[in-house]
Amino acid sequence: MPRPAHCVPQRWTNKPVSGLIELLPTLLEGLRLTLQITVVAAALGLACAVVAGLAREFAPRPLNWLAATYVEVFRGTSALVQLFWFFFALPLMGINLGAFLTAVLVLGLNTGAYGAEVVRGAIGAVPRGQWEAAASLGYGRAGTLRRVIFPQAALAMVPPTGNLLIELLKNTALVSMITLSDLTFRAQMLRAETLRTVEIFLLVLLLYYLAARLITHGMGRLERHLARGRDHGGSLS
Amino acid sequence: MTSALEFTGVEKRYGELAVLDGFELSVPRGEKLAIIGPSGSGKSTVLRIAMALEGIQRGRVELLGETLWDGAKRPPEKTLRRLRLHAGMVFQHFNLFPHMSALENVCCAPVDVLGVPRAQAQARGRELLEQVGLADKADSAPEQLSGGQKQRVAIARALAMEPAVMLFDEVTSALDPEMVGEVLNVLRDLAARSDMTMLLVTHEMQFAGEIADRIVFMDGGRVVEQGPPEQLLSQPSEPRTQAFLRSVLQPGRQAPAQD
Ligand SMILES: Nc1ncnc2c1ncn2[C@@H]1O[C@H](COP(=O)(O)OP(=O)(O)O)[C@@H](O)[C@H]1O
Ligand SMILES: [Mg+2]
Repeated sequence: MPRPAHCVPQRWTNKPVSGLIELLPTLLEGLRLTLQITVVAAALGLACAVVAGLAREFAPRPLNWLAATYVEVFRGTSALVQLFWFFFALPLMGINLGAFLTAVLVLGLNTGAYGAEVVRGAIGAVPRGQWEAAASLGYGRAGTLRRVIFPQAALAMVPPTGNLLIELLKNTALVSMITLSDLTFRAQMLRAETLRTVEIFLLVLLLYYLAARLITHGMGRLERHLARGRDHGGSLS
Repeated sequence: MTSALEFTGVEKRYGELAVLDGFELSVPRGEKLAIIGPSGSGKSTVLRIAMALEGIQRGRVELLGETLWDGAKRPPEKTLRRLRLHAGMVFQHFNLFPHMSALENVCCAPVDVLGVPRAQAQARGRELLEQVGLADKADSAPEQLSGGQKQRVAIARALAMEPAVMLFDEVTSALDPEMVGEVLNVLRDLAARSDMTMLLVTHEMQFAGEIADRIVFMDGGRVVEQGPPEQLLSQPSEPRTQAFLRSVLQPGRQAPAQD
């Protein structure tokens, strides 16, 4: 006795593989938004990471505390709840950012909070003798950071920053929960329409994976570039 | 004329540990002064205070007649930066900037700090590298240089700022024995041809005897004995100096522990 169609468990053999092509345009649309959010949030996140990382290391009391609190709050709470809070709660207080801005703001601040620790760690790992040598040559703190410390710390920052960016990419899937039509959101829509769950999510996994590979590749090149600057003794700034 | 460096009743503590205690030292301009003494006696601390890398708790330090440290009060950062321009330091572990070539190490501070035009700073940098025997290493990265070469670049780097006072902190201690000579030759040459004030912390007694106008023996954070090299090295009057010199001239015997 056959059950009604909508109750039949789907198998991925019920359509030819060539049908995958039909699914792609919709998913690529979603991927585009996913990448847009990733890029904008990454830029914001890197800026926050440098500012908060330096503030935690060098700023006087109130600024230092502010940076520490920012890092603690964003690292200590769930990114999804942060998204909900900015998207649903903030408008009740009269601040309506819209879905896209909320997404890049929350994900950017999130990335920045982890990135601040990366920046702080890499700067802290430069030996104290480098600071002292620069001071003995008359450099002030800002000049030392810019010319001596940061160029050395940058190399150490690249691998963990690559990890953070991949983490960010994966976290963008959360924005489907605040009405944005990203890759994950499109996948769910397609699934509801076509019921081809297995193929759709395989494709989605593949697309996320390829985007992550792109980041890994880019960071690898950046790292080689910075390291090459060192081999030839070239200045990085 | 005022002296180059003047330490008066200086006390320096790290927590409970008093590293300098009633330290007195006056260095006339142009003097080549060697500082010797057992490890932990506070020699590096003296240089680091003169370089304005460390503050003090009590007493007074003057550099070229200007007050650098006055008790525990820390001068504004601007003042420290200005005074640091009078002094240069060469460190035991070189502390070269690893991301810059030898030449860039030498000319970065004149360009960044003094605003010397880059071409002029580079020309001067090449002269200095030549002076320390490294004309052909201008474009080498520090990691491509031997220890002795690194230290000679570090000397050129400090000279490029044309300080009135140069501080050398055991600059041959981290070197393989076969490289000590090349660095000492550079220092010998420098001491002979320049009217800079030079303070050298060193364990090379023979070298100290050759180039120093005066040798200061430190122990336990104080100057125990001082005098011209021939006197201090061959006829020290203090038992602690005698014991220390015996121990360095006959390796294997320990200097007595500081108190
Ligand atoms: N940053 C520091 N913190 C704590 N103790 C220190 C520090 N720097 C030096 N000291 C201590 O001060 C004493 C003198 O050190 P130093 O001036 O380096 O001696 P020297 O150069 O004669 O070997 C040593 O006992 C050392 O352990
Ligand atoms: Mg020392």
